[in-house]
Amino acid sequence: MENKKVLKGGEFILIESKASDTFIPEEFNEEQKMISDMCGDFLDKEVLPFLDKIDTTEPGLMKSLINKSGELGLLGISVPEEYGGFGQSFVTSMIASDILGAGYSYAVAYSAHTGIGTLPILYYGTEEQKQKYLPKLASGEFAGAYCLTEPNAGSDANSGKTRAVLSADGTKYILNGQKMWITNGGFADVLTVFAKIDNDKILSAFIVERNFPGVSFNPEEKKMGIKGSSTVQIFFNDCEVPVENLLGKRGEGFRIALNILHIGRIKLGANVLGAGRRAIMHSVNYANERKQFGAFLSNFGAIKYKLAEQSIRQFVAEAAVYRTSKYVDDKIKMYMADGMPKIQAYIEALGEYAMEAAILKVYGSETLDYIADEALQIHGGMGFSAEMPVERAYRDSRINRIFEGTNEINRLVACDMFLKQAKKADSEIFTLSKKIYEQLGTVENIVPTATDYFGKKHFYLGNLKKACVLMLGKAYEAVGKQYSSEQEIMMAISDMLIQLYVAESVVLRVEKLENLKSSEEYIIYKDICDVFVYEASAKIYKSAIDALNSFASGDEFVKIQNGIRGFTTIEPVNIKEARRRVAGKLIEDNDYKF
Amino acid sequence: MKILVCISHVPDTTTKIKFINNNTALDTAGVQWIINPWDELALTRALDIKDAQAGAIESVTVINVGLVETEPTIRKALAIGADKAIRVNLEPKDSFVIATQLAEVIKKDNFDIILCGIEAADGNGSSVGGMLSEMLDIPSVSATTFLDIENGQVKLQREIDGGHEVIATQTPFIAIVQKGICKEPRIPSMRGIMGARSKPLQVIEPVTADSLTELVNYEYPKSKAACRKVDAENVKELVQLLHEEAKVI
Repeated sequence: MENKKVLKGGEFILIESKASDTFIPEEFNEEQKMISDMCGDFLDKEVLPFLDKIDTTEPGLMKSLINKSGELGLLGISVPEEYGGFGQSFVTSMIASDILGAGYSYAVAYSAHTGIGTLPILYYGTEEQKQKYLPKLASGEFAGAYCLTEPNAGSDANSGKTRAVLSADGTKYILNGQKMWITNGGFADVLTVFAKIDNDKILSAFIVERNFPGVSFNPEEKKMGIKGSSTVQIFFNDCEVPVENLLGKRGEGFRIALNILHIGRIKLGANVLGAGRRAIMHSVNYANERKQFGAFLSNFGAIKYKLAEQSIRQFVAEAAVYRTSKYVDDKIKMYMADGMPKIQAYIEALGEYAMEAAILKVYGSETLDYIADEALQIHGGMGFSAEMPVERAYRDSRINRIFEGTNEINRLVACDMFLKQAKKADSEIFTLSKKIYEQLGTVENIVPTATDYFGKKHFYLGNLKKACVLMLGKAYEAVGKQYSSEQEIMMAISDMLIQLYVAESVVLRVEKLENLKSSEEYIIYKDICDVFVYEASAKIYKSAIDALNSFASGDEFVKIQNGIRGFTTIEPVNIKEARRRVAGKLIEDNDYKF
Repeated sequence: MKILVCISHVPDTTTKIKFINNNTALDTAGVQWIINPWDELALTRALDIKDAQAGAIESVTVINVGLVETEPTIRKALAIGADKAIRVNLEPKDSFVIATQLAEVIKKDNFDIILCGIEAADGNGSSVGGMLSEMLDIPSVSATTFLDIENGQVKLQREIDGGHEVIATQTPFIAIVQKGICKEPRIPSMRGIMGARSKPLQVIEPVTADSLTELVNYEYPKSKAACRKVDAENVKELVQLLHEEAKVI
């Protein structure tokens, strides 16, 4: 650990990562495995048998599940011991989010409580605030919620109209305004509320208790999915908040909101994993029992394709999530070794990987959407019936592309940092992009120098990195400082970056697995790697050309297009057979056991 | 009073069983190991009694006969709530060897209540509890579905055909527990998991004991023969087949 270089945020685009430096989920320690089992047992016992009831938002039910989670210690995983928690690593907290993510609406309540409901106080609270609220949030006595969004302030969070004015005697802030889409709002005891003080342009944050005078709640929203998750509007009418409940400094609210969202995003990346695994299980169970034309659905190539693709994308998402989570832990340790206080080290480390968090959020939520959609499709007409679990999976999946910052906002976040770098004439990306452009047209670009399996894979990844760097540089050169108004180009470049990061993650995971799997089994993992690198290369080509067609023309277009084509060319792979083998394992295990 | 719960380390019950070495050994590659489900129920009941009888139960100990790779399973039992653990460092070959090792430990340390699951999910031996009773010369109650201590008196119920037997006994005794002994196994808490490593896990070397049985090989159950359909018009053929081939009429 001491000698290991911890990758910086966004550095993956410039540096080749090593499998030996990469954490993979197969390396969970004994306690982490027990925690994973505990979360699974909790869902089996307390959540999954009651999904229909939970979806009616029966008063008291979700709160009782939060209480029970607290009794088991699930709410205090990230909370330090001095505040009644267990002070576990970031990876461990991600394991809980992953496994509990299979809990449909409960997963959302859990995630909101432990993430955006608890962390603002943990990260920005005064010692008194932490002592007062954290032990109760960790035990489940209090439920937490986060009130940022307003009817006219969604993605543009800083445009909120909720105001706070200091009372004449200087002891209270008087809050007025309206918040909406507040997860856990129906029962939360502690609310982190964002509002502007006087005529400030920037938000401040406040800890508001449910019972403070002037807080009122609308009934539960009727939603398409996650129906059991409490979602309400909250009104503040001359709500009196003691001055000591200002969270952080005046005007620090927007920064708090963004930093907490970084965590929310990366956590969402873990949350969708559990949900994905469960939808895959339902898919293969059904494909293994439903017969048509005298054969089980799982015998048909068209269905095998879907089962394989679900499993591959799930496996890739897992690889990316745990790779990044370990970076966060390593970075925290590094900062603390340099003398940074623990809490600040957490905030800094999570901020460092903001762009990876955005990538995980987008890739994870779109992977779950794919898995849930194909799960329903595999069920045919039955999938459309509310009696089947995949119907709920499909509806519940959709919100993940919207909350914690829409996927559009997250795509902008993912490439904004690079474009900012590309701006600087002396930046590495700018220089490298120029160099790649000058060298375009040399044939050796596309022929792997290595002959071994992973040597070749890393060569292809290196080429995909070149494609990304080239496009970042060229796009910035073409549109200049106005890049933020060229969102179509930013979306396309983000898609390249997302595919690159997750493709590299799966290559690293499979490379590290070599000694952990029998040679017979290992073939399937290489299949996953082959199919995904193939897919990612094709997608990166398409996105690059989409971007290119938006700003280049003539000879330059042809030159760059040829270059991109070279960078995204990989050797032939029989994807049909590879997918069949991957599906074969899923079908034989009748569950996702990769 | 001191309670001892004997636990086996077995493959997860959803494991696809494969054999290797000419069907003489289980292929353990990729197998998830768990506490034998009946033993887990026994442990849960022991902990329930301890919780309900404040102070009456001094400790709940778990014991396993196995090599070092069973320690994660033992620590799971500690995470669930056992106070301490003992591992007899021996690869268990048959029930007799296991019972001999357990008996040695129990003779040295006076346990009042000894709990065993009715069978292990892997070998289905169902014999360790009975053997232990004989070796220690103490009573055993098989198929126990209820166990409690009221005012220092032990009350048990065991399953019999169509009903229950209510039994009283003196300590020490062995209860061989069946499903029903407790509602559901306990889910370990975060506190339990984090504390498991700091609880005592004593490793002791085995005494010499020869296996009484030798495993020749495993056989898979015969796969079911394909279903044969007889035309509804052809009752005569159906009767003939049932009589001559299936030999059921």
